[in-house]
Amino acid sequence: MNNTRKTQLAFAAIALLLLIIGFAQSWNVALGILNLCLISAVMALGVNMQWGYAGLLNVGVMGFAALGGMSAVLVSRAPIEEAWQAGWSNLLIAAICFGGTVAAAIFCYRKLTPGRNRNLAMTLIIVAGLFLTRNFLDPAIASIEAVEPAKTGFLGGMGLPIIFSWLVGGLVAAGIAWFIGKVALGLRADYLAIATLGISEIIIAVLKNEDWLTRGVKNVTGLARPVPYEIDLQSSAWFIDFVHWWHRGSLASLEAGAQQQALKQFVIDTSSIFVKVCYSGLFAGVLCIILLLSVRALNSPWGRMMRAIRDNEVAAAAMGKNVTRRHLEIFIIGSAVIGIGGAMLTTLDGQFTPTSYQPLRFTFLIWVMVIVGGSGNNMGSVLGGFLIWLVWIEAEPVGVWLMEAGTGWLDESNALRLHLIENAQHMRLFFMGLVLLLVLRFSPGGILPEVVRRRGNKD
Amino acid sequence: MSFLSGLDMVGGYGGADILKGCSIEVDEGEIAVIVGPNGAGKSTAMKALLGMLDLKQGEITFRGKDISGLSPQDRIAEGIAFVPQTNNVFTSMTVYENLEMGAFLRDDDIDATVEQIYELFPILAQKKDQRAGELSGGQRQQVAVGRALMSQPAVLMLDEPTAGVSPIVMDELFDRILEVRQTGVAILMVEQNARQALHIADRGYVLVIGENRHTDTGEALLADPEVRRSFLGG
Amino acid sequence: METATDIISSVVLLLNFIVVPGLSYGSQLALGALGITLVFGILRFANFAHGDTMAFGTMITILVTWWLQSKGISPGPLPTALLALPAGILATVILLVITDKTVYRYYRHHKAVPVTFMIASMGVMFMTNGIVRFVIGPNDQRFLDGERFIVRARDFKASTGLAEGLSIKVSQGLTIVVAIILVALLFWFLQKTRTGKAMRAYSDNEDLALLSGVNPDRIVLVTWIITAILATIAGTLYGLDKSFKPFTYLQLLLPMFAAAIVGGIGNPIGAILGGYVIAFSEVMVTYAYKKVFIYLLPQSLEPDGLMQLLSTDYKFAVSFVILVLVLLVRPTGILRGKVL
Repeated sequence: MNNTRKTQLAFAAIALLLLIIGFAQSWNVALGILNLCLISAVMALGVNMQWGYAGLLNVGVMGFAALGGMSAVLVSRAPIEEAWQAGWSNLLIAAICFGGTVAAAIFCYRKLTPGRNRNLAMTLIIVAGLFLTRNFLDPAIASIEAVEPAKTGFLGGMGLPIIFSWLVGGLVAAGIAWFIGKVALGLRADYLAIATLGISEIIIAVLKNEDWLTRGVKNVTGLARPVPYEIDLQSSAWFIDFVHWWHRGSLASLEAGAQQQALKQFVIDTSSIFVKVCYSGLFAGVLCIILLLSVRALNSPWGRMMRAIRDNEVAAAAMGKNVTRRHLEIFIIGSAVIGIGGAMLTTLDGQFTPTSYQPLRFTFLIWVMVIVGGSGNNMGSVLGGFLIWLVWIEAEPVGVWLMEAGTGWLDESNALRLHLIENAQHMRLFFMGLVLLLVLRFSPGGILPEVVRRRGNKD
Repeated sequence: MSFLSGLDMVGGYGGADILKGCSIEVDEGEIAVIVGPNGAGKSTAMKALLGMLDLKQGEITFRGKDISGLSPQDRIAEGIAFVPQTNNVFTSMTVYENLEMGAFLRDDDIDATVEQIYELFPILAQKKDQRAGELSGGQRQQVAVGRALMSQPAVLMLDEPTAGVSPIVMDELFDRILEVRQTGVAILMVEQNARQALHIADRGYVLVIGENRHTDTGEALLADPEVRRSFLGG
Repeated sequence: METATDIISSVVLLLNFIVVPGLSYGSQLALGALGITLVFGILRFANFAHGDTMAFGTMITILVTWWLQSKGISPGPLPTALLALPAGILATVILLVITDKTVYRYYRHHKAVPVTFMIASMGVMFMTNGIVRFVIGPNDQRFLDGERFIVRARDFKASTGLAEGLSIKVSQGLTIVVAIILVALLFWFLQKTRTGKAMRAYSDNEDLALLSGVNPDRIVLVTWIITAILATIAGTLYGLDKSFKPFTYLQLLLPMFAAAIVGGIGNPIGAILGGYVIAFSEVMVTYAYKKVFIYLLPQSLEPDGLMQLLSTDYKFAVSFVILVLVLLVRPTGILRGKVL
């Protein structure tokens, strides 16, 4: 079976699964899963660019996704005037101090000759700059966080439509990736992995603790939506007309009073489905754009060079390719895509909760998607994103059901039975690990392996 | 039948065949030297005897027994020792520990053997507590040979033991190898410095693209005008 | 003006809040980092499952501890967990040996690249994590019993007459003592025994070790056994000292990796050194020095802030920054790494 055929089949199977969920559970659930599948696919694409195209092991996916989430807050929230007034002067001075420190450090690094003296001078500048900055930053933070801490206590955002945050999230993630890449690329693969793991933990720590920026663990809820609200839909005439038309068959058979009642219920149900469909459309659009661009990039001379570097770094370097530079590029692009996914996720959730970012869910699960789907193959990553998310979500009810069925012979209140059922949800971690290991062992290319084109050997 | 022999060996490292039917033999108390141009398969022939590549064809016997089916580890346990060309010492371990590792498969007391090695290479006695990685190239080579001899092998294989050492050290090393021969060990050696090596060889093999081109005693090969012209630079 | 008592008080303060916690946390990190470094030195990959191996061993120890407690068995003033440790170690050995046989051995025999091992270890991490959460749940568990303190702050104040107290918890004292014994045993093993030397040789030069007749399967087996012992003990000590929560153990990966790399990965002395470097940096950077300065400086110069360089929430940043600095300045680590 060739790859194209396999791709069609695999996606048909996913669609079928979603349809089954739609009919068996509800359309609301099915669409909810679909939306997260789409976001997962975007993130998996980002990781696939880094790992599949270039062989870079980024174990900091969580951090970039969280940066995207932060952007959603900073773009969409209205600025909080009072907080700005309370803190802007000190904040500005702190920013100048920080900028000055960085500039002085760079100047010192460039102008002084390498050696003990330079190290000493750099350390002094950085420590002094840190204290100076803190001197202004601390009161700024205190005054900002004092402004209605129960309701706001942070600076707010730019008050722009949240959809812009998808772009901003990508840019922020790209900026941080540039910094990490400068530091950590060029190290051995395992060191890069550990460095990215570290940076993602730091990003989460910052988001949790810098209340003035993100409200920290107090969370930001009720983010503005890029799609209509259910409540507005339910009261708008065109929507009610639409629902009426859609369900005209079943409504016609009812008598007037019951008809009104049924229509109301239909409107409520349909409104939440309609909202989800809107999201799906937006997410699918983003996914298609990224997919299109990455397929083009992969098949361009740039993509070929990337893969050449991945397959034989030494040879590529000997041919005059700037390996470190290319790695930096792909690292930034991949991270930006992950950031976009993160912003989309926070948009969908409508709230930003820094504590929800956990490495197993946000870093390692995405990795499972890429490996299982097929590293180096964009369609594979998308498929992996869909499939693994489906399994991840459905493993919980299936696990509970299995445990209930398996322990049916035990008493209802048996401690072991209750424990097994209560903890069944954690078995999905075990199951994910198993899937990853099985694919890695028996089908290392993933479900849709990378297509290697050779002359005279069309697939 | 010789002590250790590989007859009509054909094979390579998975790709094209490097050995195309070559035969190598060595007897107790004898030095056999394999020489030849680059890419002739000299080292490969030796590694084939050790079992480090899958042969498609050919028979390897040791003490009259077919050992073709044995893994390298098993052949070492049988009494064959090998000194690789590079990375042939444990750089982070002391000279004494290197010797100890050479005797890893032995259960008896190794002190006497260590003393013999120290007699053969007196410098090692002086440096016994120093890390092998801190020694000079020539000294490392001595550690490498010493490590191999610690297993009290019946056959000692040396892959270009003089590569990268100074001419003086090379002469000394050849002298030591002659001393080792005195103890009745069979020595098989691959050498770039063909002329010097053939001088001490009881048996010489000239390999060209995986086949035996000339086989004779070392002296006879040195005297052979064709060998001189083609392989010894006149 | 500061008096002699003030100076002594400030020293006690530093001992109490920096030296004692730093030593015990450093010992826990060192034991964890030793496990990572051993696996790296012999199997040549960064083991992402190590944190969860620790969690698994600790979990078994906790379960057996609870069982012993329910039977009323206790070793007097010491924590019951000490009696349960052998069971935890045994279970972890079994776990690691099974993982090696089912997962890593295949890649070893196929000479896979280190990255493949690393991704496989992520799978193992997931599975182990799943088992731990399934069995004991994701919540905090406390299992410390017996005497709580070796030195109580109150007693210390009473007997010395100082204003500052020094307290040493049993778990802290135990951690340091156990770490010293364990490290001494490990070094004796690596330096003096036949198998230990074979491990060092294998780590130094795999091919030559094979040519010397070293059996690789045996070396790998011994490595996993030692790793299981170190991981279980490190995890249990950490759990006794703080508390046991599966997620915390996953997060310990970063400081442990940092410790192993900072010291020079593959080098056991480096791992120990790295453990203390990371632990002391974390404690020192996140400690509020206000009180120390109050003791040492004349009243007019007393600081009004906390005099804390970084809030405790950023302790990850400390290990990361040290890690990055070392990688940039001296990529081999403080002591050159790569071999045992």
